[in-house]
Amino acid sequence: MAVMTVLEAVRQAMLEEMRRDSRVFVMGEDIGARGGVFLATDGFLQEFGEQRVIDTPLAESSIAGIAIGAAVNGMRPIAEIEFADFVWPAMNQIVGEASRIRYGTNGNKFAPLVVRMPYGGGVRGGLYHSQTIDVVFAHQPGLIVIAPCTPYDAKGLLKAAIRADDPVVFLEHKRTYRLVRGEVPEEEYILPIGKADIKRAGSDMTVVSYGLMVHYCLEAARKLSDEGVEAEVVDLRTLAPVDRETFLESVRRTSKAMVVYEDNRTYGIGAEIAATIAQDAFHDLDAPVVRLAGPDVPAMAFAPPFEAEFMLSPEKIAAAMRDLAAY
Amino acid sequence: MPPDDSPSAATATSGQRVRSSKLTRPDLLEMYRVMALSRTLDERVWLLNRQGKAAIVAAAQGHEAAQIACVFATDPSRDHYLIYYRELTTLLAVGLTPLDLLKGFLSKEGEPMSGGRQFPTHGACRNVDLFSFSNVVGTQLPQAAGVALADKMRGEPNVTVVYFGDGAASQGDCHEAMNFAGIHRLPIIFFCENNRYAISVPLSKQMAVENIAARAAGYGFPGVTLDGTDPIGVYEAVYAAAERARNGGGPTLIEVMVERLFPHTSDDDHTRYRSAEDLRQMRSRDPLPTFEAQLRKAGILDDATHDRIWSEAKRLVNEATEEAEAAPYPQVDQFTRHVFAES
Repeated sequence: MAVMTVLEAVRQAMLEEMRRDSRVFVMGEDIGARGGVFLATDGFLQEFGEQRVIDTPLAESSIAGIAIGAAVNGMRPIAEIEFADFVWPAMNQIVGEASRIRYGTNGNKFAPLVVRMPYGGGVRGGLYHSQTIDVVFAHQPGLIVIAPCTPYDAKGLLKAAIRADDPVVFLEHKRTYRLVRGEVPEEEYILPIGKADIKRAGSDMTVVSYGLMVHYCLEAARKLSDEGVEAEVVDLRTLAPVDRETFLESVRRTSKAMVVYEDNRTYGIGAEIAATIAQDAFHDLDAPVVRLAGPDVPAMAFAPPFEAEFMLSPEKIAAAMRDLAAY
Repeated sequence: MPPDDSPSAATATSGQRVRSSKLTRPDLLEMYRVMALSRTLDERVWLLNRQGKAAIVAAAQGHEAAQIACVFATDPSRDHYLIYYRELTTLLAVGLTPLDLLKGFLSKEGEPMSGGRQFPTHGACRNVDLFSFSNVVGTQLPQAAGVALADKMRGEPNVTVVYFGDGAASQGDCHEAMNFAGIHRLPIIFFCENNRYAISVPLSKQMAVENIAARAAGYGFPGVTLDGTDPIGVYEAVYAAAERARNGGGPTLIEVMVERLFPHTSDDDHTRYRSAEDLRQMRSRDPLPTFEAQLRKAGILDDATHDRIWSEAKRLVNEATEEAEAAPYPQVDQFTRHVFAES
């Protein structure tokens, strides 16, 4: 098996799907000659030409809207939003339009597009290059929302997203792009959408997370292991439709639960996970469900101490795990 | 009138009609027939609204000539239509029946475009590529550019027609769509039905220039402003634009000046913001009597044909009303379907 970064896995997934299916094309800002600001489409222009690698004007609403139209008319567009923070002008096209096309036409039409976007903090991105915006998509029925954290998951899930017959928001944590390396099989594989993955088995508590935070949770779990506490780490992978069964089954075994997410805390993904556990696994719980998340400030601030304060870390997560273990 | 000049029962969807740059006498009579049917149906749905049976109506009255001309000048068997909410004539022209549409106005089972999920005339057709989706004004414009892009990528010589009003022209999506279409020389017609009001806001408060078509120059393609009460003029312009689009010549912006003979919707009262003089002038630009006089003068329409067309329209609408009123509402278990693909 080859070892590669998350970024290379994303690039290979698109490359393979474009070679396999002439309906697949990429569009977005700076994805042509530049190869994307993160180089996710490096070399695509040379291989596929301007027809299938479309450098768009700087206009996010139309990037999404054009992708919708092309998808409805039989293509498989992959639209890149340069940073998730820049998606707001396109929000109406994604949340208000793409999600409802199948529903609002009684199944007469569907829009199989993928909107990829790098998201997340810890990269000195300030207010407008750090946002975690997953929950606004995950709240909208009709959208599939995927947020992988390893190269293996990123490749297998992006290929599944491209082949899916529904609109997919594909969130790539930009700090994982080059930081996280992992094994990826040489042969083709597709991962199922809507299935969580237990990244670490443990019997003392269930920690539910996704994205970069999964790696921090795993690091924290290793520390706690030295102290005799075994945490099970569940990676949601798909945020919508969410796989409730995997984390509920885990909580029923461990009797303690924590949700860890990078977004600000209030009304976040953690609220849904915690509420689901409270409702469906209440009698198995030995402690209140813990939400560990960012503070309720408008966005991640730029100065290093501000950013460090906003972001969770393996240390912060380990401390919360210790408290939960001791409850 | 020779016998083969009688109006055919077929609509523009039949694919039998040979399109050329000039309309034939049967074409003109068929256009008039669809306009009369649209007007009759439009009047009926307002009545149903006032009876408390149709929740909302947006009249196409005043827009009929432009709408029928645009469909006649294009090819519903292969072209794409992304319309907005004031398009009753367009829907009849591409082949929907009064019953299909009345089931929409009354939200009844068997409504073909959205299964009763959406406002009347919204959703998508199965047999014709007509898409009428959002009430967030202007979203169809970039989507239409995407539809046209897909055709261009596959080398298919189809035309995408995207319909919008003067209100939508103020949206950022309108600018973004035209800009992209110009860059890629997409096979698309931007068909702007300018009735001079965005609900109550007049043109003078929507734009500082005289015509929306003038903006085309900024996107690198031609734009024209036409009298939207003249179906022949609109036909010729759309036909030429469609031919150019099919041959790689890129987009055209066609702005048709029309009248909105009724308030914005059945929930609006235009006397609150339109003067008596404005309303009087508006009524003088009703395209139906104008087109009728034109056809009579050319010897295409006589009293007998006129009466037959209108009585047939009334019969069709009466029968469809009866059937739609008798139809049940959709089953509630249907409304959770089609959120995602059904495996």
